[in-house]
Amino acid sequence: MKASKLLMATALTAATVSGANSAAAEGALTLCWAAWDPANALVELSKGFEAETNTDMSFEFVPWPNFADRMLNELNSNGTLCDLLIGDSQWIGGAAENGNYVKLNDFFDQEGISMDDFIPATVTGYAEWPKGTPNYWALPAYADVVGWTYRRDWFERADLQAEFKETYGYDLGVPADLEQLVDIAQFFQGRDIDGTTVYGAAIYTERGSEGITMGVTNALYNYGFQYGNPENPYGELEGFVNNAGAVAGLELYKELYDTGTPPGSSNWYMGENIDAYKSGQVAMQMNFAFIWPGVNADPNVGGDNTGYFANPTGPAGQFAQLGGQGISVVANTDNMEAAMAYIKWFAQAEVQAQWTAMGGASAMRAVVEAEGFADKEPYNQAFLDSMAIVKDFWAEPSYASLLLPMQSRMHNYVIAGQGTAQEALDGLVADWVEVFEDEGLR
Amino acid sequence: MSGNPIDRVAEATPPAIANKVRGLSDRAIAWLFVGPSIVLLLAVNIFPLIWTINLSFTNFKANRLRDVEYIGTRNYERILTDADTWNSMQATAHFLFWTIFFQVLIGFTLAYLINKKFKGNDMWTTIIVLPMMLSPAVVGNFWTFLYQPQIGLFNYVVEFFTGIESSSFSMIGDVNLAPWSIVIVDTWMWTPFVMLICLAGLRSIPDSIYEAAECDRASKWRQFWTLTIPMALPFLMLAVLFRGIENFKMFDLVVQLTGGGPGSLTTLTSIDLKREAFEKWRTGYASAYAVILFVTVFGLASIYVKALNKVKER
Repeated sequence: MKASKLLMATALTAATVSGANSAAAEGALTLCWAAWDPANALVELSKGFEAETNTDMSFEFVPWPNFADRMLNELNSNGTLCDLLIGDSQWIGGAAENGNYVKLNDFFDQEGISMDDFIPATVTGYAEWPKGTPNYWALPAYADVVGWTYRRDWFERADLQAEFKETYGYDLGVPADLEQLVDIAQFFQGRDIDGTTVYGAAIYTERGSEGITMGVTNALYNYGFQYGNPENPYGELEGFVNNAGAVAGLELYKELYDTGTPPGSSNWYMGENIDAYKSGQVAMQMNFAFIWPGVNADPNVGGDNTGYFANPTGPAGQFAQLGGQGISVVANTDNMEAAMAYIKWFAQAEVQAQWTAMGGASAMRAVVEAEGFADKEPYNQAFLDSMAIVKDFWAEPSYASLLLPMQSRMHNYVIAGQGTAQEALDGLVADWVEVFEDEGLR
Repeated sequence: MSGNPIDRVAEATPPAIANKVRGLSDRAIAWLFVGPSIVLLLAVNIFPLIWTINLSFTNFKANRLRDVEYIGTRNYERILTDADTWNSMQATAHFLFWTIFFQVLIGFTLAYLINKKFKGNDMWTTIIVLPMMLSPAVVGNFWTFLYQPQIGLFNYVVEFFTGIESSSFSMIGDVNLAPWSIVIVDTWMWTPFVMLICLAGLRSIPDSIYEAAECDRASKWRQFWTLTIPMALPFLMLAVLFRGIENFKMFDLVVQLTGGGPGSLTTLTSIDLKREAFEKWRTGYASAYAVILFVTVFGLASIYVKALNKVKER
């Protein structure tokens, strides 16, 4: 009898608690993003919105390796998990054409939100579809770009400087171009520093998601790779994707991997690179700028021990792979009004300034062009330099179909050493042509 | 009141229900019981299979709002003439053959040793089966650390025994070693499973048979080849079947360990299929791919099961 009463009481309590939870969840505005440090900063920032508007917010953060799978499945299945989504820049074409995101032009006009207030590259990268047209599907939320950190304390050692100068004939410092970056990586490769064997650079080599593509493009762009003829991007890829410059850029990236990276770094992306750098394994690190505040604060490698620089130039110019995201309203939301209110609140200059101060990365010009911003943090100048040279991967609805062969071709050549750079890029052209034919774009 | 339980139940059944039930034949009652299972089977197995076969002849993409066109056997032609598909088939065949080979060899040896009565027998059995209790994702993750050239225990063990410097080779980054790296991990994880099946087989052999062999002065070697192996063979074959089916659809462990790399050297068919279906969203193409894999596995498994039945009948 006692047992049955206890069971009933437990069941009633469970029913009450679950009812209360679902009631709270029903009214809450849910924001979805990747699980990383900036997301935690956004939770803190959003408390201001909750207090101002008396709106409850809940957050759904997914670790990066599963972020695309989880969120794209959510969008494709017309799920109702997210009211707001900070999605990757490459998703915008698909999300716009499939009706997953709300077009924000009318809302921006109505609320006086101007895209001129944001860094142009972020507007193109995070908000526009089709690219280069004033059709906005997101508000730039988090500005990010691939850049480099280096061990300034090692670079400034007199003995290493002397040896480097003698070997290469120029001063050891921030590399003036990508060839110098390879020299420096080779110089540090296998070197003994304070009794520890260190290596040249941690670069992106990851196979499973987008890692090696986000890395290799930083060499390809600067050597002349283009996604296609700008006048006819889908119709004319031959000679743009696989031109002689692109081949040289790809060969340089492979040389960097073969001669200047730690052994076993064949499947590294953001997390592995951070670990290698913070543990003192490498002299340089390729990574998105979002990690820079964390590096700066690190007790071992932070502060004056680290310097930052934009992706070095190459024979065809200086470019860097764009990262970052825009915030979009999910078309299937039941909380449209609150979601729009959040966008309006987030677009305010003072909120954007607070966002950057709390660990975010505003793309608002009023914030990044403010007097003193460049000198406020040791990495801010490198961030500004990098944001000025960004280039992004395809953002077409078929972006995943374009990304996967790139991952495969680049990894096959750079890491597995199969075939030549020319064959890898020729193969990529064939793969992309097939995708565009499937899409009816050729 | 009759003492027969069936009669007692019949007498206790209210007349209204009894009248209704009385009309049902044995066949109808059989259908009544089997029916829900058949409906469930049709809904969750047969219908999706037919639907998949139907989709395999289309250009359907689950994430795109466009008209679906029937394109005949084009998906099948593209898959079967695609070099990448054959590469992943080759990688899968390499993985399947060597994992099964090592797991059967080591698993049977362990079972044979554990079957001997010695002190601590149960404790060793428990220790040996621990790896198969772990999640494949966890196993894949921690083996990436074990394989690390600078800090990995595996590389240090190799250095200790061979003198090859630990940082001079990368198990998951080297084109020659990566296919073996996944074989080693899967063998480490699933050999205990094969061992348990073999152990069940060995323990099912009556001692009296060995005693009779002893009386006939058969040597231990002869007993092993003429008694132990033939009598444990059905169990061994069952283990091969289970591991073969499991490893044909291997995904999580390899994704976690190598991500399919370096290049595409460890991209098994299940990884390739997942990318086609849920990353590229080429649903029609992926359906054709799934049908090809299904026919392959089903065909091989059917032949194998027939062979297994023949062995059991001997």
